[in-house]
Order: sequence, then C-alpha cells, then structure tokens
Amino acid sequence: MNNVQKNRLKDQLFKFWGIGCTLIGLVLLVVFIGGILIDGLSRIDWAFITDLPSRKAEKSGIWTPLMGSIWILVLTAIISFPISVAAGVYLEEYSKKNRLSALLEINISNLAGVPSIIYGLLGLEVFVRIMNLGASVLAGALTLSLLILPIIIVATREAIKAVPSSIRDASYALGASKWQTIWNQVLPASSGGILTGVILALSRAVGETAPLIVVGALAYVPFAPQGPLDQFSVLPIQIFNWISRPQQGFIDNAAAAIIILLLITFIMNGIAVYFRNKWQKKLQ
Amino acid sequence: MSDLMPEKIEDAKIEAPIVEKYKLHTKDVNVFYGDFQAIKDVSMNIKPRSITAFIGPSGCGKSTFLRLFNRMNDYIEDFKMEGKIKIDDKNIYKDKIQLEQLRKEVGMVFQKPNPFPKSIFENVAYGLKIQGINDKKLITDRVEKALKQADLWNEVKDNLNKSALTLSGGQQQRLCIARTLAVEPSIILMDEPTSALDPISTAKIEELIHHLKADYTIIIVTHNMQQAARISDYTAFFYMGELIEFDKTKKIFTNPEKKRTENYITGRFG
Repeated sequence: MNNVQKNRLKDQLFKFWGIGCTLIGLVLLVVFIGGILIDGLSRIDWAFITDLPSRKAEKSGIWTPLMGSIWILVLTAIISFPISVAAGVYLEEYSKKNRLSALLEINISNLAGVPSIIYGLLGLEVFVRIMNLGASVLAGALTLSLLILPIIIVATREAIKAVPSSIRDASYALGASKWQTIWNQVLPASSGGILTGVILALSRAVGETAPLIVVGALAYVPFAPQGPLDQFSVLPIQIFNWISRPQQGFIDNAAAAIIILLLITFIMNGIAVYFRNKWQKKLQ
Repeated sequence: MSDLMPEKIEDAKIEAPIVEKYKLHTKDVNVFYGDFQAIKDVSMNIKPRSITAFIGPSGCGKSTFLRLFNRMNDYIEDFKMEGKIKIDDKNIYKDKIQLEQLRKEVGMVFQKPNPFPKSIFENVAYGLKIQGINDKKLITDRVEKALKQADLWNEVKDNLNKSALTLSGGQQQRLCIARTLAVEPSIILMDEPTSALDPISTAKIEELIHHLKADYTIIIVTHNMQQAARISDYTAFFYMGELIEFDKTKKIFTNPEKKRTENYITGRFG
C-alpha cells in the first residue's frame, strides 16, 4: 500500500467515524421520540388539553399547566425583551472600550453559565420574599427573565455586529443622529437575528423546571391562572409529577404532555429558523 | 504658483478674502491616529461650484482628508485633529457646530454603493424624514427631483416601492447620489465613487458629476488618473500625508511643478 492509498483509507475511516458520531445523537432522539409517541399519542385528544387536573389518570388534562406555561412565556417575553435588547444595543453601540465594559462583558458571559437552580434561589429571595410577590406567575416570569437575559443580550449583540458598517456610515452622512441611525437602520436590519435569539431563549425558558420549583410553582393547581399574581404550574413540572407516580395511566399522561411540550419548542424553533433565513436574505 | 495653497501667501493677506472666494478652507491641518500621523500640515482652498480631485497612492491620506469635511473620522478611535477647517467661513471643528447640521450641508457618496435595505423611495426620503419633515407632498416632490437630478428617475419611476437592493451596482450608486441630493447639500464628497463599477456605469456617473457642478461644490477622491483628468477642474496630489501639489487639473497633468507629481502621474510609482 503506498502513501496515497494510506491517506485515502484514513480519509474514509475518518468519514465513517464522523457519520457514526453524528448519528449517536440523532438515533437517541429518534428512539426517545418514538417511545414517547407510542406511550402518549393515543392519549392526546381535545379533552386532554382542556381538562383540569384530576386524581384519576384518564380524567386528567393539561389545561392548568399549559395555561401556566403560556402565562410564563408571555410575561417572560414582555419583561426580558426590552431590557436585554436595550442592554445589547448599549454594549454594542454606546459603551466605550474600557475596563468597565470589559468587566460587564465578562459578567454577562458568566451569567449565561450560572446553573438555573441558582437563579431559582435568587428569584425566591428577591421576588417571592423581598418583593413579596409570593409563588406567583409574575415571580416565576421574573426569575426566568433573569435566566434568559444574558442569552438575548449576546444574540442582540451578534445581530447588531452583523449589520454592515456601510449602512451606519450612510445614515450618519445624511445627518442622522446616533439614535436615529440605531432606530431606523441598525435595529430593523438586525431584527431577524434579535428575534431569533429571543425565540430560542424563550423556548429554553418554557422547558425550565428547577428554578420554578424553587420559586414555588406547584404540581397541583386546581385552576388556570387568571392574573399575574395567581399560583401556577407549568408543563415540565406536571410531567415530573406524573412520571413519579406508579400508575401506568399517569405515565401515559406524562408522555402525552411531553409531546405537547416538544411540539411547542419545535414550533418556536421553526419560527426562529424562518426569521433567520428571511433576515439573511434581506441583508444580502 | 496658484493661490490655492495659501501657505505661499502671507497669512494676514489671505484671511479676509477667503470668505467670499472660497467655499472650503483648511489651514495647517494635522491628523493623528494614535501615534501615526496621517495628515501633515495641509492647507488648501476650494472654490465654490468646482470639481476638485484628490489623487495619490493608497494610504496617502486623501480619503482621511476628505472625511474631515463631514467629520466622518470622528467615529474612529484614537482620531485626533489639529488645525482649522472652515466651510462658508464657519469652523466645523468648533464644539458648537452641530454634526447633523454640518452633514446636511456636506453630503457624501461612498466607494461601495451602500443603499439601505429598504425601498427606492425610502432610501431617498430618509434624509428628509430624519429632519422631521412629514409633509408627504414635499417629500414626494423632493424624491422625484433628486432622482431626476441623479439621472435615475426614468429607470425607477414605476418601481419606487421595490427594494433598492434589486438595482444594479451603477443604479445603486446613482441612488446613493440621489439620496445625498435630496437633503440639498452645497458640498458633495465622493470617496472613489466609481471604483466598484463597470465602465458604462462609470461613464454615467462621471457625466452626472459634470452636470452637478453647476450647483454643487464637488470633491472626489479617485485612484483613476484618467478620471481625475477628465472630470475635475482642480487636482490635489497627496503623498504620505502631505499635500505635494494642488493646482488646475490641466497644469497638474501637463506641466506639474514637482518632480514627485510628475512621477506619479506618468506612472513611475504608486
């Protein structure tokens, strides 16, 4: 075997190794989703979605945790979006490169790496106890907002960085102020990227369990929340609760709820991909 | 020697007449980027309704010097400027001057066409809208006038709502000129406006520049010596941050005073 053949062989070997590694994740996901579908698909009907919780598995529905998740999602979006986008714009467009901004940047990266349960403890102390919000939807949403702030800030900065400087130059050269340039040119041009980051961060928030347990979300809430100060449950907590029961009926319920939760995150990711593609086309 | 480079004349004599005679006047201008000196002691006078070309090898400071006139260098970190630059006898580097006001007066066209990712109409109307003008009729009229001045109206009048990015490179550059004209400046700075364009689009833009001379003072940076010779009334040759020679274009290209100018123009270096 000469050198060229040897190199070709190595090339082939590495290729198959790479394919194998890529497939590990995919196969596991397929097995997982397959198992869930077998257990849960037959359980999903309209009543399962609109029924309130019950002691009997076949009468239980996900209405209260589903509504709780939607409440959390909407409130978290309302709270986190303006704060983190403004912070991202400040860091990218206004802050001067000095030690303070370097410190801020390191801190934001660190925040993105803090375990979510720590955010739960922070939320428990600050929102539930000091601000006296109790174990409410609002306290949960505030906690999750803290959790996803760094993610959206980083996404916002990346999106703003991707806006060609020639667009800024053109705007300034026509007599626009900094704010006019940001508002009329930079933000519209980066909106796709920012929106993608927001949606991905929210789809992470909708799957979070630990911080909400700490804040005091309950596994059993008789009614869907009517306002931001009501008690609540969310889908992941309901799933956790059902899966820890011995009866097969509840296990099936958990599988069905997982399908719904996955559906929500897949749809959100789909929307994010759609915006990203649209945005990339627009800038070219 | 002409009176365009004022250091050749006694200071006391030139200060007064500058007001009427010259649109733009610079005196002992130095520019630093950190420790690097990009512009060295440049003084020049530019007459109204003339076309002035800045030529010189890459890195000679001609673009830096051009960008002083609408203060686009202000965004560069470590940028420092000394000396005096007056437009219509107003020092544009005094703190009191408003950048927005200055840039309304001094428009700029860039090397690469850079339309906003918006409609053709929105592109031209942008400069007016940021001034707070809401009068729809006025905006529509000014957009039409600017597109006509830029010789683009006939090509786009039926598609004003189409994205500006669907236009060809040459059309985009004329759109950028229209966008600048809509604000009604008196000076237009052009930083190698045709270097990214094909010869036919270049010819169109050159013709356009020639027409604009009737109403505007135009300063153009170019790498293309034939272009400078074709369109400009005055030519300034920069080398290593210094203004080597500045005179009537005809004189620069036929009988330059300095050996270095001659060498550059005849293609012996640069």
